Formats: sequence, structure tokens, C-alpha cells
Amino acid sequence: MKILVLAEINNGELAEDQTSKTVSAAATLGKVDVLCASNQCSDASTSIAKMENVENVLVLEDELFAQSLAESYSETLIDTINSYSHVFAPSSSFGKNVLPRIGGMLDVMVISDVSKVISEDTFERPVYAGNAIQTVQSLDKLKLISVRTSNYSAVPSTGSANIKKIGCKGNNPLTTFIENKMQTSDRPELTSAKVVVSGGRGVGSKENFEIIEGLADKLGAAVGASRAAVDSGFAPNDWQVGQTGKVVAPDLYVAVGISGAIQHLAGMKDSKVIVAINKDEEAPIFQVADFGLVDDLFKAVPEIEKKI
Amino acid sequence: MKILVPVKRVLDYNVKARVKADGSGIDLANVKMSMNPFDEIALEEAIRIKEKGNAEEIIAVSIGVQQNQETLRTALAMGADRAILVVATDDVHNDIEPLTVANILAAIALKEGPSLILCGKQAIDNDFNATAQMLSAKLKWSQATFASEIDVKDEIIRVTREVDGGLQTIDAKIPAVVSVDLRLNEPRYASLPNIMKAKRKPLEEISPADLGVEITQRLKVIKTKEPDSREAGLILENIDQLVEKIQENVGG
Repeated sequence: MKILVLAEINNGELAEDQTSKTVSAAATLGKVDVLCASNQCSDASTSIAKMENVENVLVLEDELFAQSLAESYSETLIDTINSYSHVFAPSSSFGKNVLPRIGGMLDVMVISDVSKVISEDTFERPVYAGNAIQTVQSLDKLKLISVRTSNYSAVPSTGSANIKKIGCKGNNPLTTFIENKMQTSDRPELTSAKVVVSGGRGVGSKENFEIIEGLADKLGAAVGASRAAVDSGFAPNDWQVGQTGKVVAPDLYVAVGISGAIQHLAGMKDSKVIVAINKDEEAPIFQVADFGLVDDLFKAVPEIEKKI
Repeated sequence: MKILVPVKRVLDYNVKARVKADGSGIDLANVKMSMNPFDEIALEEAIRIKEKGNAEEIIAVSIGVQQNQETLRTALAMGADRAILVVATDDVHNDIEPLTVANILAAIALKEGPSLILCGKQAIDNDFNATAQMLSAKLKWSQATFASEIDVKDEIIRVTREVDGGLQTIDAKIPAVVSVDLRLNEPRYASLPNIMKAKRKPLEEISPADLGVEITQRLKVIKTKEPDSREAGLILENIDQLVEKIQENVGG
């Protein structure tokens, strides 16, 4: 068994939480190598080398990998990947973009969104928006696994892996990067935050979302949103929590003005404690919440913020 | 140009999935089935591209059981010009894996020669999020996933992608495979006259063998179970109680 983890690095910056949790999932099978491909790798490779259970960090530094575009990334990687038995990546927009393309190239079925590694060929993954958990056994020689990182804890930074440079033969005549419009924020990252405050359709407007943000800032929390809130333009797309957005499992999840559609619950029901505020006492969110308050959010949230 | 749109028939998104008593999967007998919502968005986009004069023909493809005909009739009623049904199984519980779906679609693409394949980013049943990427690899075409904006130019298609950190814009050379996200558009409803017209549009039925594709299963489903359920908790009486509960659980 030879295990490789694809580190997520965006323009030289390591997505440390996602990568570390992916290493954690992969390490249930043994020691791992981590592939660090980006335009700048020195900081990222140093951080990865400290992750426990990492044996080798394979460094591939080239301008071509700045945005991890699927074609160049998978073309370049194909020989390296073929020398492993297991390849793990986070189930993030990076992993979901790249890993199935690698599968298509090698005629291997990808095992998406794995929530539990059971053995070297058997895995659990949620289907139907988390309404069922399936145990699947892969019959492929190579296993391509994307990891639902919210189910794993980060590994300690007590390791000291070897850092090795590897060669590069990639190009990408197919797609060209134009621009990124990334949200910048001083708040914790949504997928790794200990506390998340989310708003739904009930918040009513982009301006009103400041109420949610105010409470989040008071609690040192990340801000999330339901699909309805994002679709209505109240919140940016990268705040979306749910089946097709981000999956979070914080210590505390505060759902404000969120009715609790199945698709939203799929993204947050593994949170340790769920608190819901909604004026509709029939809202399905109360069926999963540990603590609920039936009240008008415009009255309740500012008061809560004041009292904390 | 021609646009190919694969559409999957799935359990309707408003119906709660129930695990079969024997743990073999989700019960799909006598339940409402519909077009995968993401595929509806892909089809809507194809229709809009055609309406702008940037495409001549839209071909909808569905792979699965005979009843997928209904899904294809819906696609034709929305605005697809013709449809191809690949009957790959006679049991609705037998989900065809994205890898096989990609092989079938690649074979159809080579035959039909579309410039663009618009796919939903994931099917809401198996949630794999893989077909478009695999298909793009099989065809060695450019790949643009999770599109929230599409602009067709002469030789390229400009795609804005929803990524974890925000939005990313890339130019993909045509021919391309694009997978679409939720906010690309709002699909139209088929009007009654169009539903009537759709009955006369061509719907070709083929088998995977006609395309030289073998149905394989690489992931054996060992069992399907209900997730651990959460118990409904306490409804609190006032804000002070809620503040207390929040404080107990912050940094706890």
C-alpha cells in the first residue's frame, strides 16, 4: 500500500485545515506522502512536513499550478499518481475538480465525499443529501478518494517529513485563468470554525445580514448562509452551507431564520450543538436543534448580541 | 454549434429518501421521480445559448431505465430538439456509475460532434459530482466545473466558477465540458403547447452495446443505512436562556 495526499494550495497558500484533515483520514491506513504542487511551495511544504504521519513531501513548483487548473494538474500528475495505491484529496472545490478528471484519465471510479475510511478498499459516504450512508467497496486497483474533512480532526504538527523536489512536464493548452474574485475576511474560515452563525431567507436582505455578521463577530464565529439566502443575493456563494455548498461540523452552529430544508441540514447536522432561532415554531430546523427559540430574529439577535 | 445535455432521472428533490428495510439501497418503487435539478439548469442554459443564436441544436441524453423517456420528454418540452435514451438497465435501483456514464456520453459525443457538453455538477441521488470531469478527461476536452456564469465566444467559452473562496473566471477552449452550479439560471417550466409539441420530437432509443460500451460497476454497495438521527431538543422560553446556552457552548 502506497498512499498519496494531494495538498490543496491556492496560489502558494496552503489550505492547512483541509489538507491536514485529509492527511488524518489517509493516515488511518498508514504513513502518507503529500504532493505539494503550486507556484510557490516553500511555506506550504514546510507546514506539510510538520504534519504527523507524513513521510515525504513531494514538491512540484511551477507557475502552471498557481490556480490548480484541472487539465495541467492531472496531466502532470498522472505518472506520479499511478505509482500509488491510494490517492486522497479534500472534498473541496479543488479536490472535486481535479480528482474525477484523474479518474477519467486512468479509468478509475472516484469515491467522493468519504466520511469514514473503514479499510483499504471499503469506505462510507453519504448519499441523498446525507439521508443515507452507504458503505462501498472499491474494485479498482487504484483508489481515488475525496474526503469529507469535517468528519476528521487535523493531525498534530509534530512530524518531520523529508521534502523532495520532483520533475514537471505539464502544460495546459485547454484552459486559461482570467481572474479570481475571492472574499477576504478576518473571520475564521467557515469549514474549520469552532462556531458558525448562519442566516437564511428569513433575514430578508443583504443589509439585514449585518445582524448575523454582528452576532458572529461577537462570538468570534464564521458566517454561513442557507441556499435560499445566497440565491436571493443576501450572502455570497462561498458562505453557503448544505448539500451543494460547504459541509461544517463546528462545536456550535447557530441557525437564524433558516427553515431547515434537507439540503441545508446535509451541511450542518454533524455540528456538536445546534441552536435555532425562527419565528415559525413548525420550522423543521427545530427537529434537529438542541436548543430552539421561537422569536422574531430582528428582535432576538440584537438582544442576544448585547447580552453576550 | 451543437450542445449535448445529459439529464438524469432521480428521486424528486422534495421527496424524502427512505432506506429499504434490507439495507440494499433507497426505495425507488412508486415514488415521484424528476429530472435532476442541476441538469435542468444545464438544459436551461443550453436553451438560452440557442435563443441568443449561438447554437443550432440541443440534444438531450438520458441513461438508465426505459422510464427515463419521461425525463427526456420533459427536456424536449423545455426546448431540446431531439433526445437519445440509452437503456442501460431494467431496474431503477441499479444506479449507473459516473465512470460508465462518462464512457457512454463520450461515445455519443464522438458520434454527434457537439462543441459543448453542459452537465449538472452533481446528481442529487448519489452526490458523486464526477461525470463532467470524467467525461472531459475521456474526450481530452477542456473542463470548467461549477459554473455560475457562461459566455460563449467564438473559439472559447468564458466560465465563472463557484469555488470555495469565492468566484474564479477561466477561458475554456471549445470543445468543452462544463458542469453547472445552482445560480447559473432559473429553469423555465414547459408550457402546455410545448409539451404537446415535444411528443412529436425525435427520441432515439439505443443500448450501451450499440455504442460499444460495457456497463461496469467499480464500487460495490455493501450496505445502505440511515444516518444517526438527532433528537429534537429543547424549545427555550426566552432570550436569556438562549444566551446562557450559547455561552455554555462557545469554546466548550
